[in-house]
Amino acid sequence: MSKRIILVLILGLVALAFGASGMVDRIGMGLLHVAYGAPVPWALWVVFYIYFIGLSAGSFLVSSLIYVFGFKRFEAAGRLAIFTALVSLLTALIFIWVDLGRMERVFSVYLRPSFTSPLAWIVWLYTAYLFLLLAEAWFLMRRDFARGSKGGGLQGTLYRLLALGTQEDSAAARVGDMKVVRVLGAIGVPLAIAFHGGTGAVFAVTVARAYWYTGLFPIMFLVSALASGGALLTALTAFAVRNGYTKHKDLVIGLGQLLTLLIFVDVLMEIAEILVSLYGTAPAHFIPIQEQLFGPNWYIFWILGVGFALGLPLLVLATVGRKSALATGLAALVSAIGFVGIRWNIVLPGFAVEELPGIGKSFFEPHWVYGLYVPSLMEWQVSIFAVGLALVMFAIGYSILPLEAEVQT
Amino acid sequence: MLENALLRMQADLKRALGKPVAERHWGMVIDLRKCVGCNACTIACKVENKTPPGVTYHVVLEEEIGRYPNVTRRFLPRPCMQCEHPPCTRVCPVNATYRRADGVVVIDYDVCIGCRYCIAACPYGARSFDFGEFYTVGQTPRVAEYDLSSNFEYGKERKRNPANRNTSPIGNARKCTFCLHRLEKGMLPACITTCIGGARYFGNLNDVDSLVAQQAASLHVMRLKEELGTEPSVYYLL
Repeated sequence: MSKRIILVLILGLVALAFGASGMVDRIGMGLLHVAYGAPVPWALWVVFYIYFIGLSAGSFLVSSLIYVFGFKRFEAAGRLAIFTALVSLLTALIFIWVDLGRMERVFSVYLRPSFTSPLAWIVWLYTAYLFLLLAEAWFLMRRDFARGSKGGGLQGTLYRLLALGTQEDSAAARVGDMKVVRVLGAIGVPLAIAFHGGTGAVFAVTVARAYWYTGLFPIMFLVSALASGGALLTALTAFAVRNGYTKHKDLVIGLGQLLTLLIFVDVLMEIAEILVSLYGTAPAHFIPIQEQLFGPNWYIFWILGVGFALGLPLLVLATVGRKSALATGLAALVSAIGFVGIRWNIVLPGFAVEELPGIGKSFFEPHWVYGLYVPSLMEWQVSIFAVGLALVMFAIGYSILPLEAEVQT
Repeated sequence: MLENALLRMQADLKRALGKPVAERHWGMVIDLRKCVGCNACTIACKVENKTPPGVTYHVVLEEEIGRYPNVTRRFLPRPCMQCEHPPCTRVCPVNATYRRADGVVVIDYDVCIGCRYCIAACPYGARSFDFGEFYTVGQTPRVAEYDLSSNFEYGKERKRNPANRNTSPIGNARKCTFCLHRLEKGMLPACITTCIGGARYFGNLNDVDSLVAQQAASLHVMRLKEELGTEPSVYYLL
């Protein structure tokens, strides 16, 4: 295990330790200690859920550039992209799972689904996508498992298990495997568009919330996912891969240029949404935007969103990032983190307007708070716990799987 | 002699119960000219349905007109609209909430997974979520009886116990049912019988002889957010 990965592991373990008591509270007491309620029914965990599902869709779609559309330039980041997509997907599912009032009933979505609900659709699509990711990852790394299974020790045993009995590791076998990868990737592209566009549709079909109820919304979701996933993948290529930004300078800078384009399109869509909504006099349209820009949480929009996710990276990528892989990596890292702010501003402004004027002052009880939502300590602990799980999954997977095999050859 | 509205509605209710479920369309008319904003309906609902903190099926919205001290107030009681095209039911991923043949939108507490999509989807803020709160647990030396009393919504007894927060309806979405459990026993909804101003009418909208249908046929009615196409079963008399 390299130093960088040990660092990730330690960070993950610290996060798990910090969040553990919150997680115990969540399991034991249910949703009692959350700060949200009927007026704000979806909050911090939903923000993180769409953040991670976006990272997953984004890094998967970038991987399809390599395996489906033949962008050989990015090939060295391919396995990392698929692996990142897998870890992000699992993390997203953990977030949405803990958000359910009745966690043990989650399988009802398979047993008695209602397909008039976008939510049922996406759960089925996530499931298909999970299996597709596992299959694609396996075909990508099968040859290395087969080769490694001849070795001894713990790794030999593990690879023997992962090779599932296959032993062929010739160059011809690789061609065969890559054909399957290409087919899986090609199926995955519409699948990823469907499940992530579908995640956008969960919000967009809600006639009650004018802020979400636009045709552009699911498209913004996709573009934004591509940008955030591209940012994470660029950052991981620069910093998680051994000698990332020094040895694989071209790869990192290339991904950075792709990221520039994605961020640019995302900015364009944001501006379109904001200007159109802000122009009118209908409160349901302009209040959510006004709240984002000038409300008490203005810094989430301006600092995390405009600054970290979009502006700063765009500035760096368009200037020093064109020459320096280190600068590109840093800009991408800042962008990937900043996108949490963009996701917050997808979910929470949807609840900025009372369904009926005066409803917020009609009733005073716990969990019935119109206006400013501030996550509770337990919500933060559970979030940090889940992120900790993601980091530990990443560190362990990264050290046992041959993710860098092709990078080094 | 002027007929007593409650007795008339009681008779209307009996008549409706004699018909098949699909021929009933439970509806409500609220006369805003008679509403004094006392919130007796809200309280009656809380008592009848034993709703815990954070859960309310009914609210009375208030609007102040003019600038203090030259003000008047207007009130808008808001139960569930029991929409004919409810935006809340179709988004449920597990069919836990649906519209019955008699027009009442219900939740199956034994199926609901607690995703709260229906709450986000309701244009009227009419749905709440049961977080497992209690009024007096941890607040007073002795837990009040009303905190532990059973709930009889949907005609089924459900005990509430702070020691086990994993029993429905805790962790579920909750909403007004027009007191379906009372209706089926021939009783009017709690908010109707308790209204001190006689501002509320209830009955079968599918029956031209019923008081509620006659009131709903008035030219001076409105429904909330009609532009959304939800077709509420609750009318307001202006």
